[in-house]
Amino acid sequence: MSDPIGSGVTEGQAGRNLPPLRLHVPEPPARPGESADFTHFDIPAADAAPRPDETAQPGDMRDLAYGLVRVLDEDGAAVGAWNPKLPPETHLRMLRYMALTRAFDARMFRAQRQGKTSFYMKSTGEEAVSIGAALALARDDMCFPSYRQQGILLARDWPLVDMMNQIYSNTGDRLKGRQLPIMYSAREAGFFSISGNLTTQYPQAVGWAMASAARGDTRIAATWCGEGSTAEGDFHSACTFASVYRAPVIMNVVNNQWAISSFSGFAGAEATTFAARAVGYGIAGLRVDGNDILAVYAATRWAADRARANGGPTLIEHFTYRVEGHSTSDDPTAYRSAEESSLWPLGDPIARLKAHCITLGIWDEDRHAAMDKELAELVRDAAREAEKNGILGHGLHHPMESMFEDVFEEMPWHLKEQQQQMLDEWKAAGL
Amino acid sequence: MSMTDTLIETPADVQQMNMIQAINSAMDVMMDRDPTVVVMGEDVGFFGGVFRATAGLQAKHGKNRVFDTPITECGIIGVAVGMGAYGLRPVPEIQFADYIYPALDQLVSEAARLRYRSAGEFIAPMTVRSPFGGGIFGGQTHSQSPEGIFTHCSGIKTVIPSTPYDAKGLLIAAIEDNDPTIFFEPKRIYNGPFDGHYDTPAKSWAGHADAQVPAGYYRIPLGKARIAREGQALTILCYGTMVHVVENTVAAHGVDAEIIDLRSLVPLDIDTIEESVRKTGRCLIVHEATRTSGFGAELLAQVQERCFYHLEAPIERVTGFDTPYPHSLEWAYFPGPVRIREAINKIMKD
Repeated sequence: MSDPIGSGVTEGQAGRNLPPLRLHVPEPPARPGESADFTHFDIPAADAAPRPDETAQPGDMRDLAYGLVRVLDEDGAAVGAWNPKLPPETHLRMLRYMALTRAFDARMFRAQRQGKTSFYMKSTGEEAVSIGAALALARDDMCFPSYRQQGILLARDWPLVDMMNQIYSNTGDRLKGRQLPIMYSAREAGFFSISGNLTTQYPQAVGWAMASAARGDTRIAATWCGEGSTAEGDFHSACTFASVYRAPVIMNVVNNQWAISSFSGFAGAEATTFAARAVGYGIAGLRVDGNDILAVYAATRWAADRARANGGPTLIEHFTYRVEGHSTSDDPTAYRSAEESSLWPLGDPIARLKAHCITLGIWDEDRHAAMDKELAELVRDAAREAEKNGILGHGLHHPMESMFEDVFEEMPWHLKEQQQQMLDEWKAAGL
Repeated sequence: MSMTDTLIETPADVQQMNMIQAINSAMDVMMDRDPTVVVMGEDVGFFGGVFRATAGLQAKHGKNRVFDTPITECGIIGVAVGMGAYGLRPVPEIQFADYIYPALDQLVSEAARLRYRSAGEFIAPMTVRSPFGGGIFGGQTHSQSPEGIFTHCSGIKTVIPSTPYDAKGLLIAAIEDNDPTIFFEPKRIYNGPFDGHYDTPAKSWAGHADAQVPAGYYRIPLGKARIAREGQALTILCYGTMVHVVENTVAAHGVDAEIIDLRSLVPLDIDTIEESVRKTGRCLIVHEATRTSGFGAELLAQVQERCFYHLEAPIERVTGFDTPYPHSLEWAYFPGPVRIREAINKIMKD
């Protein structure tokens, strides 16, 4: 046998009666041009998952890390032990916030394509994950989101114009145009500054929760990351800290199947579930149908009640699907089957709740169409308002010298000197 | 902040302390004054730290405020960022500066950038204590001086004391500061000043003027250097352990050097440096860290930019070599009296 890389390994193996070792490099089920096939998915019945008491020991509820907490069945009925039995108005609030998120995403994605900003990230298909959690948490619980939880801000009624000002990096941007679009920060909404470095928010959320517990507070923390970035060391550091100190924190893994172009297999999905990461840490783990907002709500409420009762952390895997590209910077048809999103066996979160509301007799197609139209106008009007403060690259930004502010609480001499030098150079150049 | 060296205590409260005791006292004083101050790190709780810097703090202030952590520096700093966002003032310990690298993302991308990226909505008012530097036969994983990594990053302060008195006053100022601060403690001089002669008996801090430390609260402002020795012939810029090595070498050599203990690298006391070099016309920079892109390179550039027409000789650097910190050859690596003396001779020749 030839040895193209000259390692000498094949030579050394000669005469040894052992099979050659093989490296397993995961491959997704379908690439562009291929048919998506989800028939191998094991989807338990909607009423199959038992609901343990919030004080259950993690070791007594391990099956829930491998099953799937569901509420809405295939016929649009709410069934099983996890049914949160919410009043009609809560269903309609959920529906409206999810539809608002989708309308906001559509408008801002288009704004990026129109050259009004540099970047955008939609959450299409994943709206239930953010909205369900936000409505299950208390308004003053602290959220440490990743970049696709814009639904939390919307569900906390944060002004659309404020979010858009950030996306446009304009004069109205409270973050002074310093952050990539969608990297919001809203302290008053209990929404921590988003980092572009993945999963750094996980140990931070645990630290916030530890502080809350150490101070005898009653507020809890929640955090989100994608399945791909569970591979980061921060995730595992956070799980260890959360377990060790029984921190009042909810750790959400949004398993939307894709990390840019890398399918979940590159984060370990071929071997086990992401909720199963909880088992090794002795943390309560729940695997939830992330496209079922009632299930997301019920699981979050369970974890929040558990945390508030000093029962410690919960890791929740939200099993969902990223319908659009990772961001405006990638084309998903270049790396995955175009059929996947339409064939996703757990459907669309808005369509499912809508069907449920119609089944309940509290909603109908006409009202839904009217709501979509109203929300599109709401978002359009907000965008027009925000654009009065400027769009990216058209001059309406914070003053140049503001670049040097907030590096430190007080500007040290070397930054003052650099600031002055910049201004002098521009002045000398006649600009 | 306009701060001055304010001694609140009466002289009767002054005690003899080594650097460990002074650092311990700083944390104790701050935990008494501010209920949001928390101390955390590997082995810092019941045991009191591998260098004993946190001894007695858990017994006095309780486990909610002084606690052991899992062995994950990334987790320690990440948790400290979250605690800071909550409103606490964490003082995490990284057991050796050599172990700080797993925490680098949380320090550089998170703690150091939080105020900026949130336009002041969230801050990271943490003080990261960590023993650094060599001279204790620690090999390459217990001897490094990584201060240049942090001075290179925007949004973080870097402070290095050289005496028990400074250690306490600077640590209190760092804890009170609302920006993240790296507080590197020169572990070779924890228990006594070091003259650079490793083969002579170790000295203790007993009897040293700078080991007379007030028992209570006082602070030394960050960004204010200390003139350790006034002189006319040349200026020597140094910090940490090297202040003592330089002082002894200068004394033995009989040269009238002005020795500036920088105390804080960011913010840097450029006025004191500039004034001194303009006076002496000669400048030597001494640090233990590796040479290329070390903090000495920045000092050299600053002095060149500001004092070029006052210089009588090229600026010299005596630093660690660009190799990993060796174990058996530690004293060949360490920028000791021989190398410092040679550099002084070279500068004074011109």
